[in-house]
Amino acid sequence: MARITFHAFLCLQLIDYYYLSMSESAAIITQGLKKEFGDKVAVADLTLKVDKGEVFGFLGPNGAGKTTAVKMLLGLIYPTSGKGEVLGSPLGDHRARNRVGFMPEHFRFHDWLTAVEFLNLHGNLYHMPGERLDERIPELLELVGLQAHAEKKLRAFSKGMLQRIGLAQALLNDPELVFLDEPTSGLDPVGRRLVRDIIRELSNGGTTVFLNSHLLSEVEITCDRVAFIRQGEVLTTSSLKSLVEGELTVEVRARNLNQDIVSGLERWSQNVRADGDHLSLTLSGEAVIPEINQYLVENGVDVYAIRPKQLSLEDLFIQVVGTEGGL
Amino acid sequence: MTTLVIARLTFREAGRRKILLAALVLGLIYLAIYGVGFYYVDQETTRSQFGPGLLELNQIRNFLFMAGLYVVNFLTAMMAVLTSVDTLSGEIASGTIQTLVSKPVQRWEIVFGKWLGFAGMLTLYLLLMAGGTVGLVYIISGYLAPNVLRGLGLLWVNAVLLLGVSLAGGAILSTLANGVLVFGLFGIAFIGGWIEQIGSFIQNQTAVNVGIISSLIIPSEALWKRAAFEMQSPLVAALGFSPFTAASMPSLLMVLYGMVYALLALLLAIGLFNRRDL
Ligand SMILES: Nc1ncnc2c1ncn2[C@@H]1O[C@H](COP(=O)(O)OP(=O)(O)OP(=O)(O)O)[C@@H](O)[C@H]1O
Ligand SMILES: [Mg+2]
Repeated sequence: MARITFHAFLCLQLIDYYYLSMSESAAIITQGLKKEFGDKVAVADLTLKVDKGEVFGFLGPNGAGKTTAVKMLLGLIYPTSGKGEVLGSPLGDHRARNRVGFMPEHFRFHDWLTAVEFLNLHGNLYHMPGERLDERIPELLELVGLQAHAEKKLRAFSKGMLQRIGLAQALLNDPELVFLDEPTSGLDPVGRRLVRDIIRELSNGGTTVFLNSHLLSEVEITCDRVAFIRQGEVLTTSSLKSLVEGELTVEVRARNLNQDIVSGLERWSQNVRADGDHLSLTLSGEAVIPEINQYLVENGVDVYAIRPKQLSLEDLFIQVVGTEGGL
Repeated sequence: MTTLVIARLTFREAGRRKILLAALVLGLIYLAIYGVGFYYVDQETTRSQFGPGLLELNQIRNFLFMAGLYVVNFLTAMMAVLTSVDTLSGEIASGTIQTLVSKPVQRWEIVFGKWLGFAGMLTLYLLLMAGGTVGLVYIISGYLAPNVLRGLGLLWVNAVLLLGVSLAGGAILSTLANGVLVFGLFGIAFIGGWIEQIGSFIQNQTAVNVGIISSLIIPSEALWKRAAFEMQSPLVAALGFSPFTAASMPSLLMVLYGMVYALLALLLAIGLFNRRDL
């Protein structure tokens, strides 16, 4: 009995060792991270691996524990149990934060500073030399579109402007890993596109991006992989490519359809439904759409529209997380 | 390095929020009033028909000087508490602390940096106010109290002691609760000091013990009394108890206790802030 337990223990240790030694390729790796606030379990069991260079979307309903998880990874909140590594250093190691950027959820900053003073302060906290800051700050102000407000006090900034300066602050040190906690919550459509472009640019430059969000369209466009979390637990992790390349439904609007032509479509789809001028078929991928179009035209059908309807991230979100309103 | 960045930030914030300006302006007004008051009282007593000797004159000057320093000590203590009472709790509540602590810095550097910034401000304030009082008295009457440097050193210890306590409270309490805590302690020290004064005057040991216990809870009044004892002339001591003077003298051990207390308060602030979720 004792031996079996010992074996199990040894195995666990080996798994641990294996898990944590994979950190070469991982930007973030956590194992069983848990955080309780009194009786309230904010994060129940977070086991996660984010690869270097990946744009990782962290999705979940309000109160799911997204912000708490990010704060644990940054050393702002101490986990109740579990462990993890960020850029190869254990959680809370301040040296690793040299290569990390963070844009907090509520973007409250020292508002008696001007934009330039604010960036200088945070650059100093990153131990960046003055000459480097003199170059970097105008660059960043331009990147986030605030160059005209460089000398303005943050107190006079609007919500979206604060969010932009917060983003600039997170990028000061050319981080290897950036945490963005709902980076577009206060932004106008132009600002949202800007953030999206910045994320893509960061990703092209090899930066790992950890994006907390419930703006699914945005995650859909920017992320390589997403994790869904609810009540502090990761429900599923999936790559967005597999999502895009998966099954899709096509809506067709056409005249002159008849039963034979509709039956002929079963070559491409097991699931064909016809309703007057409307057809709906489920396909294995979008590659066959031109063939279907050609087939219809050759059979004398007038095609007005072929509209692929992907299973959107929103559908997936609702599917995975559920629709019950209770948090 | 980080410590200095935070210290500078603390200084700059006090500047931007006009705290430094208000302290400077009111400090100068205080000194002006004190100087004018001292000048006329001194003139009057010097040429009074009783024709006091130099010895008696200096007793009066010492009494007026101690009254001035009593106010300076009080104002410096207020400054210590009011400037720092919300610095940690306020930044935690608003969330501004998050962008600081998520940088490659250690938490103690932030607390120590703030302490340095406020301690620097208090030092300047004390130099202005106490230095101004000493200077005015000297310029007007040529009188210099004994052991001035030692006395001012004790006032400084008192200021940073209260600063440490207010930082430690701010690391775990809300601003309001912290204010209640620090001023509560201040009140205990004050009333305890009085009970001890009276107790020693009427030679009641129990009252003296109550005072000693309150000094152990927070030795800020004891530090003032030691400072007053150092700087007062013997005859003023014989006047008995007045708020500005020391009838019973806190021991050097109590002074040492005050210094250790100030240091431990800072360490406690660091420890509490270290363990806290932000
Ligand atoms: N300091 C705290 N004390 C007590 N409970 C907390 C604290 N911080 C968070 N919680 C609770 O933990 C849970 C997770 O909160 P968290 O802020 O991590 O959610 P979130 O996923 O970021 O939500 P949102 O999408 O609304 O930002 C919530 O139920 C919240 O009430
Ligand atoms: Mg959140």
